[in-house]
Amino acid sequence: MKARVHVMLKNGVLDPQGEAVKHALGAIGFAGVDGVRQGKVIELDLADGTDEATIGQMCEKLLANTVIESYTIEVL
Amino acid sequence: MRAAVIVFPGSNCDRDMKVALEQAGADVHMVWHKDADLPEGVDLVAVPGGFSFGDYLRCGAIAAQSPICQAVVRHAEAGGYVLGVCNGFQVLTETGLLPGALMRNSGLKFVSKTIDLKVETENSAFTIGYRAGGALRIPVAHHDGNYVADASLAARLVDEDRVAFRYSAPLNGSVDNIAGVLSENRRVLGMMPHPERAIDALHGGTDGQAMFRALVEATVAA
Repeated sequence: MKARVHVMLKNGVLDPQGEAVKHALGAIGFAGVDGVRQGKVIELDLADGTDEATIGQMCEKLLANTVIESYTIEVL
Repeated sequence: MRAAVIVFPGSNCDRDMKVALEQAGADVHMVWHKDADLPEGVDLVAVPGGFSFGDYLRCGAIAAQSPICQAVVRHAEAGGYVLGVCNGFQVLTETGLLPGALMRNSGLKFVSKTIDLKVETENSAFTIGYRAGGALRIPVAHHDGNYVADASLAARLVDEDRVAFRYSAPLNGSVDNIAGVLSENRRVLGMMPHPERAIDALHGGTDGQAMFRALVEATVAA
């Protein structure tokens, strides 16, 4: 089975990379980009039957730093 | 004083740290990240700068899961001293020994220069050799030194006098210009600037020496 973990900076944490991407989009002529937030997508190839709680532990322990990041799990 | 310097794949300030501690009179042991235990009788663990595990995933995240880090956490919980510099600071926040997190510099650039660093407290074994309010000349070299703390944590750090150092001028986006923080028991210090790179006249300055000397004195006295 496969699962996909999305890791994003929490709301309220300034994202300097997202800001730079926003400015770059404006600079190459795309008007109206009000905000950009950059995150990570992590694809996991897992043993069949791995439960979502276990994936949650992977996120809590390693994949996300929950001080500044939030995550969502998508089982594919 | 007996000190351990942790070595991860990608550490590159480990030998500088050893030299700085030895100069101050410490007996220094280099410890590989796969070891599960620290050498017996270690007073201080130093987590050095570098790019442990290539900074993959997040700076310090993978190092924080290594076997030796569990021993470092036990050492800290038993009241031992821990110093994390640069990548070492990132590792200590990832282990949870220090609060907050370190993000990409707000200017997105790697900063490498010698800066004015303000001493905020003398109340720790790391900073007792300095004068609060005094300025040190210490090098910084990092891409992810932007210290993030929410408003309540930032206020608590100030209330509890746990901000050890601040940048004299904004450098990397750190909240309140925080450059170094202490744990609740004041025995764990994480800082982005490199005191071990300021211990010899040939480095261009020796303002880092007082930290290592004070640590050695603190552990000899204890």
